[in-house]
Amino acid sequence: MIQFSQICKRYPGGYEALKNVSFEIAEGEMIFLTGHSGAGKSTLLKLIAAIERPNSGSIVVKGQNVSSIKGGALPYLRRNLGLIFQDHKILFDRSVFDNVMLPLQICGFDHRESAKRVRAALDKVGLLKREKNNPIGLSGGEQQRLCIARAIVNRPSILLADEPTGNLDKDYASDIMGIFKSFHQVGVTLLISSHDESILRQFKGRVLALKMGSYAHEKLADITYPRVVVYPAPFSHHTAIQPAKHSGDRHCTQLAGRHVFNA
Amino acid sequence: MLKSVQSLAEQAVGTPQISIFLSMDASNDEVAHIGKQLKQHASINQVKFVPRDQALEQLKQTTGLTDVIGGLAQNPLPDAYVIYPKYLMHKRWKRCAMNLKKWPKIEYVQLDSAWARKLEAMLKFGLLAVLILAVLLSFALIAVTFNTIRLQILTQREEIEVSKLIGATNAFIRRPFLYFGLLQGLLGGATAWFIITISLRLLNNSLSELTHLYASSFTLHLPSIGDSSILLLLSAYLGWLGAWLSVAQHLWQIEPR
Repeated sequence: MIQFSQICKRYPGGYEALKNVSFEIAEGEMIFLTGHSGAGKSTLLKLIAAIERPNSGSIVVKGQNVSSIKGGALPYLRRNLGLIFQDHKILFDRSVFDNVMLPLQICGFDHRESAKRVRAALDKVGLLKREKNNPIGLSGGEQQRLCIARAIVNRPSILLADEPTGNLDKDYASDIMGIFKSFHQVGVTLLISSHDESILRQFKGRVLALKMGSYAHEKLADITYPRVVVYPAPFSHHTAIQPAKHSGDRHCTQLAGRHVFNA
Repeated sequence: MLKSVQSLAEQAVGTPQISIFLSMDASNDEVAHIGKQLKQHASINQVKFVPRDQALEQLKQTTGLTDVIGGLAQNPLPDAYVIYPKYLMHKRWKRCAMNLKKWPKIEYVQLDSAWARKLEAMLKFGLLAVLILAVLLSFALIAVTFNTIRLQILTQREEIEVSKLIGATNAFIRRPFLYFGLLQGLLGGATAWFIITISLRLLNNSLSELTHLYASSFTLHLPSIGDSSILLLLSAYLGWLGAWLSVAQHLWQIEPR
């Protein structure tokens, strides 16, 4: 579904956010992207949505090469993606309902059909009662859920979430993780970035760890995903985020080397 | 307004004409002979004979000097021919007039168009000035819409950014701004139309009083349906153009980060 091969991303000014990153995400997978601030999590997500372009390497999303996508095709790529932003990017000049309506308006949906879909999406995130409110009155968690509703109203096959639980307390965070799990169950491919260890601990799936953007490693957190992808690591002294010790069947794969693939 | 004056001038000028006044002692035969010769002249298109009695009658009617003229012992006016040359080139019919002057029994040849040409030239100048002004104002309209749309884009920056992130095409984002520019231009055009129509009506009212005193009728033309639609279409187009330029200039700068 999503395939990175040897992606390098350097920002103007020389800052290297990602260096030689390769991985693959299968359809219907739910994957965590982890790493410290500045490790390149956001950059990686932006590359998938073609908000940023890589300096080298190729990104293929649903069979489409995103790294060389033309401006005209870009909107149609993004309609297949549900984007959830750390800063929500909610519009405060319209109601909760109209915020969620926006993607459907953009796709040119019939009004009555889209109203139904909007209500369904709002119901899913538990904001149906607030549909007429202005989002300015929503709490942080509610705003995040509104952002999720907007991302899913278009029924995208891929959901990208950048620190969706970033500034939320535990209850809200687990609420939102619950919502994500329910999407996972219906076959949506999810890529969620987070640095929240407590969430990672509850999660049984692949975890992709980035460190300082310059290398990535992967924790194989669930035996159901036997594929191991190892990323070239230019530093030999790296420290990997250790998998939770209490889950016995998890193990961490870290290798310093180039293109080592196990199956 | 300029159009009104122009049509008035056209009535006055029409085609260039030359008035030929015969000498007072020309006999009827001689007058007829000259007429015949004029009709045969190669460079003359049309000949109109104005007998002296008719000329006097016209003078009485148009100027209101009936009393003065009535007091005259005899008709002071000569017979006259009014000819319309075939050629519009001023130089050619000037030469033609010079030749006519040499004919016997022709007292005076007057190129009626001398003053009309001056008027025409001035009108042309006026038209050009108005055109230049119109072009300047068009640019002003484009600039105003450009700036308005620019502000609009900047205030809706966030919305544009979010829309781009969730898959809005550029056309989708551009559309409301173009409509807005179009509407703005159209409203501007409509306002201009109302101002013109109202002021022309006001001017016509006072003008009719004035012309009534001079025993003539002259009104300024109100904008016709054709003119009005051209005005509205053009202003709408200019508004749209300004918006388009503005959107083209500013939209690409707003890329989501």
